[in-house]
Amino acid sequence: MSEILEILLSANFWAASLRIATPLIFGVIGALVCERAGVLNLGIEGIFTAGAMAGWMAVWLGAGLWGGVLVAALAGAFFGLIHAILTVPLGLSQHVSGIGVTLFATSLSYFIYRTALPDVSSPPRIEEFEPLNIPGLSDLPFVGPALFQQTPLTFLALFLVVATAYVLYRTPLGLAIQAVGDNPSAVESQGLSVYGLRIGVVVVGSAIMALGGAFLTMSAFDAFFFGMVNGRGWICIALTVFASWRPGKALLGALLFGAFDAFQVRLQTEVGAFIPGQVFLMMPYLLSIAALIVVARKADYPRALLVPYFRGQR
Amino acid sequence: MIRFEPRGPVGVSRMIAVPVVAAVVALILAAVPMMFAGLSIFEAYGLMVTGAFGSLFAFTEMLTRATPLILTGLAAAVAFRAKLWNIGAEGQLYAGALAAVAIGTGVVSGPSYILIPAVVLAGALAGGLVMLGPTLLKTRLGVDEVVTTLLLNFVILLFVQMMLEGPMQDPMGMGWPQSEPVLDEAALPKLMARMRIHWGLILALVAALGVYFLLKRTVWGFEIRAVGENAAAARHAGIPVTATFIRVGLLSGALAGLAGVGEVAGLKGYLTADLSPGFGYSGIVVAMLAGLSPIGVVFAALFIASIFVGADSMSRATGVSNYLADLIVAMALLSVLVSGLFLRFKIRFVGANTTREAAE
Repeated sequence: MSEILEILLSANFWAASLRIATPLIFGVIGALVCERAGVLNLGIEGIFTAGAMAGWMAVWLGAGLWGGVLVAALAGAFFGLIHAILTVPLGLSQHVSGIGVTLFATSLSYFIYRTALPDVSSPPRIEEFEPLNIPGLSDLPFVGPALFQQTPLTFLALFLVVATAYVLYRTPLGLAIQAVGDNPSAVESQGLSVYGLRIGVVVVGSAIMALGGAFLTMSAFDAFFFGMVNGRGWICIALTVFASWRPGKALLGALLFGAFDAFQVRLQTEVGAFIPGQVFLMMPYLLSIAALIVVARKADYPRALLVPYFRGQR
Repeated sequence: MIRFEPRGPVGVSRMIAVPVVAAVVALILAAVPMMFAGLSIFEAYGLMVTGAFGSLFAFTEMLTRATPLILTGLAAAVAFRAKLWNIGAEGQLYAGALAAVAIGTGVVSGPSYILIPAVVLAGALAGGLVMLGPTLLKTRLGVDEVVTTLLLNFVILLFVQMMLEGPMQDPMGMGWPQSEPVLDEAALPKLMARMRIHWGLILALVAALGVYFLLKRTVWGFEIRAVGENAAAARHAGIPVTATFIRVGLLSGALAGLAGVGEVAGLKGYLTADLSPGFGYSGIVVAMLAGLSPIGVVFAALFIASIFVGADSMSRATGVSNYLADLIVAMALLSVLVSGLFLRFKIRFVGANTTREAAE
């Protein structure tokens, strides 16, 4: 027991929780806005990979860290646009299109990386984001190292949660986005474009997802590896349902998830000798499935999710 | 504005034209990354064709690669027919392979006519049981099967790694994470001397015919199609929707499990954690190219396999990454989605004015 308490009382543990949660926050917020507008975006896993690769490569080619973030977001927007065109005006299956975008974005990223760097055995490294030093806050005892010594992308993720909640609940645009995911013909009758809203939201949501990938190569690790996304995108899709499509709950879900992951990594060093490492590695996926089961009965899906809208035909 | 006008029943020629057009479009689009990689386009395509069809060896290699793709393609096709979104064929394949190794490496001994069916059945059962979980979660609790099947892929692969580094590790394997070899009596025999092509191909073709007859000629098949077209209406008409989902889930998982059996008992001879280069995910592309038709799956799998084998060979000759094959396959999926629209709809581009007039 004392080991568990020791873990929970270390600032290091809380800092790690927030760090692990950061890519998930980007991913869940991106998936959440797409689904709020009625479009399931299973391209997320590939968009993470594209964001990770594009952001890393831009920095490696000398674009600077924020230039890399911008390139990652543009890559995400590009794949989001493909998904949006296929699923919104063309009304194709959101499941299959999403899987297709994931396969396309992943293989394109791998191909470009391999073509640019044919012979490297150890991936080249970049200067990654340094933790911000916020005068006053970062120096606080315990709270400082636990919460305020993160890289800028973590603070960007937290800002995006607030911004998304504000836009969704406090602006006419947010109300239109919610309506287009619940009752698109009502939106049309208000003289707004269902297609325009949905395409716009999927493109922006995908750009946000890609930042989660960029965090992996530009803050968490300083290089790009094949398979580095490792299901994080799918976990975000599960967390979106868990969060009932609410930005605040999405942040909470991602943080709980990060805390659990940080906890089990630390627990592993205590009991790792008795339990195979794979058991710990399985935990995030099993936890995501458990989260889905817990909320399954009361999940209140956006009513027009997965339903294509054809003007004047319904 | 774009308007879709539904077509009536479509002929076979149009059903064949859609995937062919998609395949051609994907191959043409592939020229862009090829140029980016500095390849001479025609030379590269030529190398791919000879790599997949240029010799008896190349051709049998292509058929060997098509074998698991037919089975995972069928797994996706039968599930998607019922709108059960099984994206977990990759995990079910590994479950089938693990079961095949558990039975086939010496736990039981006996003649081939007992061991081979035992290994095949064990693999199918393991795959089916893995898919049973997400199916029950869907029918009982309404948990979305897309996410659960996707997540289970990672869980199962980790479980396989755990077994290969633990209880199922080959003690003679010099510490490598691999299983003991499958007994000769449990292995699927080769179809030709000195080639890798094996009886898994026959198994896959029989499975395709079986699924074809199931869907076309049986009550269960009718129920599967009815549930896929409109589950609510099917339930209203007295079709046992839940039971149908469970049957489809078991069948789909079992087909993917068989793909794992073939790879381990027919091709590799022992199990490693890199048994499948994504056959489960490519199976989705195969099924979509085939328009979810079981016979079409065979031809789509041959096409995808020739892309993979051809690109591997081209990659060895030119040094260009064989991720090109994955890229072509992904583009084929996106193209077939779009070209499928032309099968179901007449597409009219109408000016904004005409739409407004039509509305008035």
